Amino acid sequence: MTEHEQYEAVVVGCGPGGAAAAATLARSGIETLVLERGAEPGSKNVSGGLIYAEESAPYTIDDLFPDFREQATERPATKNYIHNISGEQVATFDISQLHHHDTEWADAVLRREMDSWVGERVHEMTRETGGGLLTDVRVTGLLRDQGEIVGVEMAELDPIEADIVVAADGVNSELARDAGLMDWEEPEEWFQGVKAVVDMPPEVINERFDIDDDEGVAHLFSGDLFEGVRGGGFLYTNEASLSIGTVFHLDSIAAERAEPHELLDSLLTHPLMTQWLGDEYEEREYSAKLVPDSKKVAHESPHRDRLVLVGDAAGQMQAQGPIIKGMNHAVTAGALAAEAYTTAKSRGTPHDAGRRYEQKLNEEGVMDKLRPTSYDIVGKLGETDSIASLTDTIAESALGRFGVRTLGEGVLERLFSSPRLMAMMPDTRTPYVTIPKIIAEELGEPVTDENTVEPPELDDRIGDLTYDVGDPHIELIDNSFKASGTAVTACPVSAKDFGGGCYRDEHVQTNGSEDHVVSLDTQPCVECGTCAVVADTHWEHPDGGKGVEYKDG
Amino acid sequence: MHTVVLTKGVPDFREGQVSFDEDGHLERGKTPTVMNPNDKHALRAALQTKVRNGGDVTLMSMGPPGYKEVLQEGMRDVYADELYLLSDREMGAADTWATAMTVATGIQKLDDEPALVFAGFKTADGETGHTGPQTCWCLDMPMITHVIALDVDEEAGTVRAKRLVEGDIEEIETVETELPAFVVADPEFEPTYRKASHRLRWKDLREETQERAEAHEDYLTVWDHEDLNLDPDYIGLDGSPTIVAGVDPIPKAPAEREATMIDGVDDPEIEQVFDELDAYAAGD
Repeated sequence: MTEHEQYEAVVVGCGPGGAAAAATLARSGIETLVLERGAEPGSKNVSGGLIYAEESAPYTIDDLFPDFREQATERPATKNYIHNISGEQVATFDISQLHHHDTEWADAVLRREMDSWVGERVHEMTRETGGGLLTDVRVTGLLRDQGEIVGVEMAELDPIEADIVVAADGVNSELARDAGLMDWEEPEEWFQGVKAVVDMPPEVINERFDIDDDEGVAHLFSGDLFEGVRGGGFLYTNEASLSIGTVFHLDSIAAERAEPHELLDSLLTHPLMTQWLGDEYEEREYSAKLVPDSKKVAHESPHRDRLVLVGDAAGQMQAQGPIIKGMNHAVTAGALAAEAYTTAKSRGTPHDAGRRYEQKLNEEGVMDKLRPTSYDIVGKLGETDSIASLTDTIAESALGRFGVRTLGEGVLERLFSSPRLMAMMPDTRTPYVTIPKIIAEELGEPVTDENTVEPPELDDRIGDLTYDVGDPHIELIDNSFKASGTAVTACPVSAKDFGGGCYRDEHVQTNGSEDHVVSLDTQPCVECGTCAVVADTHWEHPDGGKGVEYKDG
Repeated sequence: MHTVVLTKGVPDFREGQVSFDEDGHLERGKTPTVMNPNDKHALRAALQTKVRNGGDVTLMSMGPPGYKEVLQEGMRDVYADELYLLSDREMGAADTWATAMTVATGIQKLDDEPALVFAGFKTADGETGHTGPQTCWCLDMPMITHVIALDVDEEAGTVRAKRLVEGDIEEIETVETELPAFVVADPEFEPTYRKASHRLRWKDLREETQERAEAHEDYLTVWDHEDLNLDPDYIGLDGSPTIVAGVDPIPKAPAEREATMIDGVDDPEIEQVFDELDAYAAGD
């Protein structure tokens, strides 16, 4: 093998998982190189986003980066509500108790600001070890020596060897796929989120949400406002903006041929939003992201040779009903991976870090949170088609409605506030759509405010984003509508009646016969990875510094 | 390894910056001075050398005291360690020959003899492309022009370069020479940093230089003709063999032009477009 540049540790991706790994490695004096494909950490990242510090977690982000909350976050989520919606009927429950369970603190964040601040700290810390943080570098795959993973290959740099490679390269991890640890096959295993960041002066936020400067609110929305697509909406208060978004099961988006941007508009234009949005609003940024469903995909053994996966790359994203926690688990996993390497090295077996990392994930209770055993039993059973439709019918029936009325608001609020119950919630229409709808109908009050806001058209939303277009990074393998047509609707920057998006629906006449195909233009791509799952593509990230660059994220 | 980069301040010819009087003469006082755009390529080549091979970079220019800002701008780009400005009245109105004499003397006076001297490919005002090669001639160094890629082997004391033959992008040759050498960077020059250690060093240098560029005057040395021990008869206007016989302004494009609009979609209408263009294609 030729002589390669060497670092003791290479961390791929400078989101919370990569940053936590790098900081922990650097603290142990390990020479650590961090490679980030964005022009700046955070420029490729999107979250809802609330970041949690759990009381039970061995590491939280402010442990690793002092002053994190002062420097890198927006407002804390001090109040939490869930709104059950049926038409204009709304039943609102206070779920602060659920939210506060095991929570030291939870803050709203905008990822560009958060990750770039963290990235600066990471560079300072790792530079002292002889490594450092490099941006605009895309790791394209794994370097192997006689079949064994020994490092990374990049578009912009010559191959680098390392004793440990931490893949924290996000939900569309190319390294996890190269290692054969994750795949892009089943829409059931993913959620897709879209978000709008809405400009709003702090004093207006304080007034409309009835809070002080150092307070914030988290609202969740479920019920029938999304045409039966399984998922829900959220609204978080930032310092001078709101993050409003929707998260849906990707299989449901695909099956219903739903347009994600329209689902977001359904939330933005609901009468309930009038009290917060006023007559009109300014949308600052539209963004989208795939979210792994940890219940199904959190890898039980996220390592191979010298490679360990952390965060979204390992499917470590907990989305259980109203509980949405990703960044905190990535932080814990990153730090544990680093700890595992340090221990392994001290025992003289540095290449044994993966096994120790897996062990730590289990010992520290991370895997239990990501893959609750209660869901394994109840959830999977409840998701079989016959049982799903049976429970849906019962809930819809007079009996179900009677049950909701009998239980009443107090009991339901308590049920919603049970982390144990939420963890076993099956991914069916019943909890996402039917029950919230019935609750709203039986217990809710009508909201009659007239909502006059006009969300921007998709081409305006795309036009406001910043791109440095590189070479096309996605290739359609099968362009027949049958194989890849779902992308036309499911892609958050494409739509059936819009010609300026990534995917278009086309009928092509050739020698008298007509083909129904899709065409692809990656120019407005936001790199969410949706089409990698729902269409037949060869999907890669754009080269370092190229592609979409989020300002808020 | 010590390198020197030569640069020049030129009028900012960009739209909205440049100002001409009624006769079409450049209004020097109203037009800001910027670093010659082509010098950026020399700066990038020098920076690549500094990042990959280490050592100090000296940025040198000849011109009026106002050129300090140009040097400051250059310091930010090339992360220069020292700035030299050759400046006094005697040096004024020099042609490329007198400039080359002056600049070469400046380079020779430096304490640390440079292993590489970089110049850009012609200035935006004179457009001669003479000064670099003439300076090289005065220094009696081997010269590589139209350089698009560069690799210095300090141990072997050589520099290997890819260059455009006759400035033609279609024909590229690789040449090697001994240090010290003179390199003229082509606008096609692309620095390459394929090692993480290089990019990390680049980041360090950028941080360091931000502070240095703020206090750039502390790193500036100004030399006049006496410092360089140069006879005023051989520099500046007196030392310039070039005689400018006259300057003809380029006529402005007429404000009124005739246009033919053909708004058509079918074949006969498109035919009309061809008919109209035909005359121009024939060169009439």
